[in-house]
Amino acid sequence: MTGLFFLAIYVAIFVVSAFVVTRVLQKTAKDYTSLKTVTFGDESAVRPNRIAGVVSILTIFVMWGIFTGSSLLPSFLHAPGAFVGTTTFTYTAQVPGQAPDDATVTVVVHPRGAPAEAPEVTPGDGFAKDDSATIAQWRSGLIRVDANDELKKSDGAEVIAINGQKIAPGGTVQTVDGAVTLSDKGTPNFQPARGWQMEPLYLPAPEVVWTRTVQIMREGFRNFTLLEHLGFSLFRVIVGFLLGAVVGIPLGYAMGLSNWFRGWFDPIVEFMRPVPPLALIPLVIIWAGIGEAGKIILLFLAALWIMAIAARSGVSGVKISKVHAAYSLGASKWQVMRYVIIPNSLPEIFTGARVAMGVCWGTVVAAELVAAEQGAGMMIMTASKFQNTDIVIMGIILIGVIGFGIDMLMRAAERFLVPWKGKG
Amino acid sequence: MVWAGACRAAPALTICRDPETEAGSFRPIAPHGQKAEMMTGLSIDNLSMRFDLPDGGHVQALQNVTLDLKAGELLSVLGPSGCGKTTLLNIVAGFLAPTGGKMTLNGHQITGPDAERGMVFQQGALFEWMSVRENVGFGPSMKGMPKNDKAETVNRLLDVVGLQDFKEKAVYELSGGMQQRVALARCLANDPDVILMDEPLGALDALTREKMQSLVLKLWKETGKTIILITHSVEEALLLGERLIVMAPRPGRIHKEYRLPFAELGVNADLREVKKHPQFGPRREEILNMIWDMEEEIMGTKEGAA
Repeated sequence: MTGLFFLAIYVAIFVVSAFVVTRVLQKTAKDYTSLKTVTFGDESAVRPNRIAGVVSILTIFVMWGIFTGSSLLPSFLHAPGAFVGTTTFTYTAQVPGQAPDDATVTVVVHPRGAPAEAPEVTPGDGFAKDDSATIAQWRSGLIRVDANDELKKSDGAEVIAINGQKIAPGGTVQTVDGAVTLSDKGTPNFQPARGWQMEPLYLPAPEVVWTRTVQIMREGFRNFTLLEHLGFSLFRVIVGFLLGAVVGIPLGYAMGLSNWFRGWFDPIVEFMRPVPPLALIPLVIIWAGIGEAGKIILLFLAALWIMAIAARSGVSGVKISKVHAAYSLGASKWQVMRYVIIPNSLPEIFTGARVAMGVCWGTVVAAELVAAEQGAGMMIMTASKFQNTDIVIMGIILIGVIGFGIDMLMRAAERFLVPWKGKG
Repeated sequence: MVWAGACRAAPALTICRDPETEAGSFRPIAPHGQKAEMMTGLSIDNLSMRFDLPDGGHVQALQNVTLDLKAGELLSVLGPSGCGKTTLLNIVAGFLAPTGGKMTLNGHQITGPDAERGMVFQQGALFEWMSVRENVGFGPSMKGMPKNDKAETVNRLLDVVGLQDFKEKAVYELSGGMQQRVALARCLANDPDVILMDEPLGALDALTREKMQSLVLKLWKETGKTIILITHSVEEALLLGERLIVMAPRPGRIHKEYRLPFAELGVNADLREVKKHPQFGPRREEILNMIWDMEEEIMGTKEGAA
């Protein structure tokens, strides 16, 4: 139900903003593409709408805020929250041979972090006496209404109605602020209204995550500062990737240039390439333990095959006319290698490096999830064990930001170092 | 070009390149090691090329091709596809070893690629990671020519081919015609004895092509190089062939040879005027018919063939 509501809001924002931006706000563009009459099916005419990108990201945060009751949003935007406060319902008890009697139950629903005292209530008249109870937000509780009654369950007393509505064991009656379910043994179980907001245990509000981030940046997490955690992850990725590249690129070149190397290593590389690095984690832990060595070996293995294959296809991709041209210009084998094969393979190697960095980043987080003293993955794993969902979300966001940053840096390096990519 | 001349004028056995580069850089020179005798031209003697196929059959790509080319001659090679033109060029360039016959250039046998035989490819053989200047300077760099000499050579050649304003550009910023100018300059920078051109203008549009044909003729006359040019275009073969051979397929062989006046006439002249020469039209028709017949033979559609 909440899910449908959520989806409906999301779709509504999408449709309304699309309408507003493209039909109302968008000034008529004057560029060449705007003159094309056929745009449906013309891939080159499709460009990302920048405003849509901004609205999309804003929407995510707004939705996050709406369904967590974020203090960053005005409260009228919040989805209905879980009930908190004092509420009452009446129950009707009956003992065979006597007239039924009503009594009122006063329930104080308190936030989970702030327990409250059950209020004093006057017992009232009749054999059924008024009760009071406390229940934490989002939780439910059995209320033994007969405990203070003159005639108890053992005397044959039964609850037959809630707020005047008939109820049998197993049945439910909605009240103003929640629902009362009669247990199999006839005891009312009060469930305060959960509202449509997420419980912080499952999804904390954005500002809570931010506060936690600031706190962890200041105080650290599990004996290491935030920067140390992230730095360790990055350090492992970079060392593992560099080792993989240092071994993999020459291996790939050898495979691209020599029959014997190609024949010898092809089966190994082709077998290891489809093995996900994650599948190697257990073996690497058995062999090298959970320390730095194990992680770096794992990342080395993750990067090695990707780099070897990239270098191999870089060498194989050199146009034979370029090699012929170099030889007939008097180049020696070594000069052909240095001035033709290596520069020609650099674009492929860069593409491979980008893939390898991405895989390594994913692998290091997974390896840290399994076992580590420090690192981004260890941080979210440990936090999840202590139900610190805010730290988990912070970790996921930071991992995403760093992964994105790595890819951006690689792309910038590519543009700078191999401007001839794709121009051959 | 002092550097190349110095190499050739030396006594009988000369190290012509950096000794570090490769074994086999010793180039034996004819006994009477004088320059006049060294430039004896290219001689192709009874050359055959046979490819064995995996299914046990074979293809006779070339059979008994014999050809003598004097220094400074311009030869164009024409023929239907599959007649072995490109194979012949690759053998002369040294990229393929023939299965029969031998080739000698200026008195020594050809065994592999060498800077003495420059090559211009159809396209895509420029080094896109280098600027125009670096591309042209590639050959000189490989043999370790001093920087100043190299810069001077490169500048001069880029002026000659008309790229004076594009020296520092990346090659992928140039149009196809300009790229082929770079390829020509790069080949010339090495001062080869023979220039091999494998459909160098094939990828260009008709207008650019005409301009480039004039450039090739001009360079031929100015440098006095021996040039072998492969082409698909009969007009181009007529214009750019002091000698023209038409090859026939299956097996690849020389079908007919012509000696033509058009190349000489075309040097520094309007090629469209040359095409109005009374012999040009009939020659073109003759050769077109010849190739047309061969193509039909290949397709098996020749009337009365059955």
